[in-house]
Parts: sequence; C-alpha cells; structure tokens
Amino acid sequence: MPPTLKACTPPPYPMAPSMTPVTRFIRESAEVFTFDLAPERATPFTPGQFNMLYAFGVGEIPISISGAADAPDRLTHTIRAVGPVSAALGRLKAGDQVGLRGPFGVGWPVEEAKGFDVLLIGGGIGLAPLRPAIYWLLRHRAAYGRVGVLYGARTPDDLIFVSELEEWRKTPDFQLRVAVERAGPEWTGDVGYVTPLLSKLRYDPADAIAMICGPEVMIRATALALEDAGIADSRIFVSMERNMKCAIGHCGHCQFGPLFICKDGPVHRYDRVRDLLAYREL
Amino acid sequence: MKDIADLLRHHPFAEGLDEETLALIAGCAKNVVLQPGDYLHREGAAADSFYLVRHGAVALETFVPGRGAFTFLTVKSGEILGADWLIPPYRSSFDARVVELTRAISFDGKCLRGKCEADPRVGYEMMKRFIPPLVKRLQSARMQALGMYDAANA
Repeated sequence: MPPTLKACTPPPYPMAPSMTPVTRFIRESAEVFTFDLAPERATPFTPGQFNMLYAFGVGEIPISISGAADAPDRLTHTIRAVGPVSAALGRLKAGDQVGLRGPFGVGWPVEEAKGFDVLLIGGGIGLAPLRPAIYWLLRHRAAYGRVGVLYGARTPDDLIFVSELEEWRKTPDFQLRVAVERAGPEWTGDVGYVTPLLSKLRYDPADAIAMICGPEVMIRATALALEDAGIADSRIFVSMERNMKCAIGHCGHCQFGPLFICKDGPVHRYDRVRDLLAYREL
Repeated sequence: MKDIADLLRHHPFAEGLDEETLALIAGCAKNVVLQPGDYLHREGAAADSFYLVRHGAVALETFVPGRGAFTFLTVKSGEILGADWLIPPYRSSFDARVVELTRAISFDGKCLRGKCEADPRVGYEMMKRFIPPLVKRLQSARMQALGMYDAANA
C-alpha cells in the first residue's frame, strides 16, 4: 500500500500575519542566511511545511521551515536572497520583526516512512526544507531502516549547514554524500552532479521511500534515477515551488493543473505530479 | 596473491564478461597503487591508458589561468577513468589528480585498441562498457553546465 500524504489543518486566522521577532540571524553563505523567529505561541508544524514571511513595506514570500519540529516555540527559516523580499529579509537582525503566517501546506511523510529505508536528496537551498525531516529521522532513528542523505551544491562555498554536515557525516548509521559542481584542489569530496551518488548509498529499493527538494529540473532527473534504481514512483515525494500568495488555496496563484501547491503541497507524491511536470505551460 | 584477471573480475566493469575476453583484455592491464597528489595524466598529454578504480578517488581537473585548477568530477571506487585513449588523436583533455590512496587497474590503450580491432566482438564488449558511463557523465555535465542549483529558492 503506497503511503499517502495527510492534509494539515491551517492556522485559525490564516490571512492575519502576526508580528514576530527575529531572535537569531546566521549567515550560511554569501547568498543564504538563516534566522529564528519567536512566535507568540508555540507553533507545531510538520517537517516540510512552510510559513509566509512578510518583510514590512516590501512583500511576502513562502519560506519552508528549516528547523526542528520538536521545538515549536522557535521557527527557523533558511532563505536565499534572490529577489527584493528575500533580500529585505536578509537585512534583518536580531530584534527586528517580520509578519508571520502559517504553518501551511502538506509536509514530508515522516510518519508514513517508519519502517522504510529513507533517502533524502537536496539540491542547493533545497536542503533547508529537508532539514526538519533529517532532524526527525535522527531523533526517531530506531523507527526507520537505513537513512541516506545526498546534497548537491554549486561550490564548497555555497554549502549550507556546514557544521551540521560534519556532525551528520560522523553520525553512526547515517549515510551522507555531498557533491559540488566544481571545486578547487582543497576540496577532497565528491565533485559532479548529485544523482550518480545514489549508487553509493546502501538501501533496499523495494523497501525505500525517497524525498527530494531542489529545482524542478533536478527533481525530474532525480526521480527518474530513483525509479531506475527500483523505487516505486508512489514512494517518491517531491517538494515543489510555485508563486504562492494566499497559502490556503483561494487565490489560485500557485495552481498546478488540478492542484494548488500551497494547500495540496508543497510536498507531493511523485506519481501524482509526474505527468504534470511534463507540461511546460504549468 | 590475486592476479590481474582476478582483480578485473571483481570490478563492475567486467560484470558479464566471459572468461576468454576477460583473459584477453587482462593481457593489456596491470595493477597500480597511486598516492595522493600523483597525476595519472595531464591535460594535453598522450592518452595512452585508462583506469578502473578499485578503491580511492581521483579528481578530474582543468586549469584556469589566473584562477588555478578546478575539479569538475571525482572518479571513485568501481568507476572508469579516461576515455581519450579511444578517440584519435589520443590526447588527454583534463588533468587527473589522485585525491586519496587509490588502487586501480591500468590498461594500455594501444594494446586494447589492437585487440578490439582484431576481434570486433571484444570491441563491442568494450563499447557496451564504456558508453553507459560516458552517456551518464554527459547527462550530468549538462546539468552542471545549466547551473541549476541557482534556480532553487525553496
């Protein structure tokens, strides 16, 4: 029986942002930063869910939660500064405030994956939405089979969560492979595209669940590679991005065929979106 | 002590290869141990060999004047290193630098080309073993060239 994703209940006043202070700001790389928010009240979430963050006077964007789900009094977000809103969020410092709505959407099937081997594949900033799932798996390690993480980035300087990568690398019974697209001679790790590293992980394809987050071109290539390796398409889960505005499926900005990425996703079962991914018009 | 045919038999490259062909190509092979910092070949040098990596890692690099060497691929255990020996003018198109202690099977390209020319069946077996990884590397290189991680904004 293929695992199904459970819909999450949206917050009681989903359109009303609450003023939320930044409590910690960390620069991960030249373009990427992480900050913690202290919400008014504990905000439970499922790994893979997202919040809408409002930079006052600039705009609001959806950002996946990148922190641990067992610390609901702290919401961590990791953001790459690519547009005016994310750049404005990148100028915040501890004590500043943002508008917060959420959490929204359907997260990773961490409960449904119990008993399975679990593979997590992240590209670029796509490791951030996977991190809560990684924390979850580590915290409930005995409930899962073999666990493997693949992470691809442009260069060693673009890697995020560097100290945690080192910790995870040393964690027993936890497989981590990191590949960069290009590197100088000081880098002794893998160089190349992330997908071929699948062959370096130990897992049973007949008994594995995979979770992918990254740019759509990577999702397509990685999902195909997983299928080629023998993992059923109903056991592959992908986190997708679209232009999300209301975050509750009313405005239609993030419509993806019959789906709304904000409320039916961002995490989708691959067999349900594979054909849609082939439509260039969507 | 294992002979070269034994070592070859245990490399994924030789999977499905019949004993006769294996023994034939083993005649062009030798076992090598490479230290970190060793270069298997340099860009522009004669491409007279290729390697089946048994254990270890080799960085494929190109040198950019003013910026230094850039690694664009690492070749690791179970993989093939080098295809320039197949194509005239048999010239290496990149540097290959050993990153960690590496044990490999080194093939004399000219010797193997001769055996492939003499027996097309051997040539076809070699083609079946070289084309899949080369196509996969081409696909990966295309993804890397797209700089697709730049598009991610989760």
